[in-house]
Amino acid sequence: MTEDDLDRNRRHFLTIATAVTGAAGVGLAAIPFLSSLKPSARAQALGAPVEVPLASMQPGELVRVLWRGRLVFVLRRTEEMLARLPQVVDDLRDPNSEVADQQPEYTVNDTRSVKPEYLVVEGSCTHLGCAPLEDFEVRPAEGWEGGFFCPCHGSKFDLAGRVYKGVPAPTNLRVPPHRFVRDDLILIGQDTGAA
Amino acid sequence: MARIEAEVGKPQGGLVKWIDDRFPMTATLKYHITEYYASKNLNLWYVFGVLAFVVLAIQLLTGIFLTMNYKPSATEAFASVEYIMRDVEWGWLIRYMHSTGASFFFIVVYLHMYRAMLYGSYKKPRELIWLIGMLIFFVLMAEAFAGYLLPWGQMSYWGAQVIISLFGAIPWVGEALVEIIRGDYSISDITLNRFFALHVILLPLVLVGLVFVHIVALHEVGSNNPDGIEIKKNKDASGKPLDGITFHPYHTSKDLVVIIVFLMIFSAVVFFAPEMGGYFLEHANFEPANVTATPEHIAPVWYFTPFYAILRAVPDKLWGFILFGLSVILPVFLPWLDRSRVKSIRYRGWIYKGALGTFTVTFLVLGWLGTQPAEGLYVLMARVFSVLYFAFFLLMPYYTAIDKTKPVPDRVTYHA
Repeated sequence: MTEDDLDRNRRHFLTIATAVTGAAGVGLAAIPFLSSLKPSARAQALGAPVEVPLASMQPGELVRVLWRGRLVFVLRRTEEMLARLPQVVDDLRDPNSEVADQQPEYTVNDTRSVKPEYLVVEGSCTHLGCAPLEDFEVRPAEGWEGGFFCPCHGSKFDLAGRVYKGVPAPTNLRVPPHRFVRDDLILIGQDTGAA
Repeated sequence: MARIEAEVGKPQGGLVKWIDDRFPMTATLKYHITEYYASKNLNLWYVFGVLAFVVLAIQLLTGIFLTMNYKPSATEAFASVEYIMRDVEWGWLIRYMHSTGASFFFIVVYLHMYRAMLYGSYKKPRELIWLIGMLIFFVLMAEAFAGYLLPWGQMSYWGAQVIISLFGAIPWVGEALVEIIRGDYSISDITLNRFFALHVILLPLVLVGLVFVHIVALHEVGSNNPDGIEIKKNKDASGKPLDGITFHPYHTSKDLVVIIVFLMIFSAVVFFAPEMGGYFLEHANFEPANVTATPEHIAPVWYFTPFYAILRAVPDKLWGFILFGLSVILPVFLPWLDRSRVKSIRYRGWIYKGALGTFTVTFLVLGWLGTQPAEGLYVLMARVFSVLYFAFFLLMPYYTAIDKTKPVPDRVTYHA
């Protein structure tokens, strides 16, 4: 065979076809490897919902629980704490919970909760994931109405986990899916879709 | 083939010849070591490449021995490190060598990179060496980050939490990406296990491969020198550079002295100050990871603090992430940002000298600020110095182009 006999179009087509087939094969073979990086069945199972009994909780008390290895705060708010929520609205970045990813629909309300008394939020700062500290003492001199404070980069949240303006955290603390099984028992990690 | 057949049955030549007929052993040794010509006037700044190689060897050796006793599981990791420190014979030495080696790796690599900036080593024809070097730097950062999670202390956990959360700032895919990095809904046993795999297998393999390519590229174009002159332009009748001497035995014997001095300093730290006042091993990391409580003051290890200070200076999550990423990546473009006609600082004008001087101070101050809490005056300082950091790179095409340079001599010089 001489150079003249070459069908260059045919050779070009075969080269491209081989390359594309090879790339598709490599791409498909990558799927199991990449999928293995996702949370495993065990990790998902360990992420099962957790129950929080409320019977022994005092008004103003904060309980920490772990759900999917993440810290979740359950706060039983007093009447006085609830009364303070509307007062800070002007200083908040998203007072009406308009960022949809940060809470289930049934907690888009003035108290970000199913029952106003009980606040359920993830204890993970929406900036870089540090655990905020609770600071419920009201200090009018500092303009502090009580809430959560992140020690890492100074983000501040109110008693409904709503983020203040002018701090690094972009959004409100996330409300995990949860529902009341009974009046004195919350199940975190599962809901019925509606309250 | 012809040569081998011609010599069948002839005993002369010996083992070396037998190998050379089948593998380019002597040729490779000559090319890279005994007949590799580097400038006669290399100064102390030119030892950090060799020292980085020494630290890499220390890390590989001590790392292998640490894996023999370390357990990559959330329930056992912290205790297994304490076990190495207390119960394994000489375990404390091996572990302190490894943790001190991590910091020394960054010290010598930063100085190695600074040398390139002093003498224009990234400029044509060495752009590719610089690019490979920057890749090495990125892999080294990933390697250090993955390694820091392994002791499973408070700083391991929360430092990883902060840095991994950074990727959550990427629009649309951020949260999914974070879940794939962690392999779980939070940093857990699963995350620890995969970081161990990355730290001891994938990243070291890539690192060693890149170092090999870095040196091959260097030996193709030849080493730079403090005058920024191409020594290959002046050759004698036999084709050897007039200003060059062979790597071995001349540069190697000088390097050996430096390596000994380096090991003395390294040993002093390992034996007398392995924690380096909380900078090499942070105090909070002597407590096991606790998911429910973040330490009061979170700071990464010192070698990440300049970039961390830039991250914190920005009061917005996404922009903080973007500027943080940019500050790490910008040096990649130095070969094209620098428009000066000369390479070495010796023949540059006052503008570049001033700019590099300012950058040096900026980098150090940012590094210090990254270790301090982000409040009050520190935040303002971090913002000012972040601007200076970016200005050094982004304005470089202008100030290097207008800078007055001095004439570069034809042959290398020997003043101190």
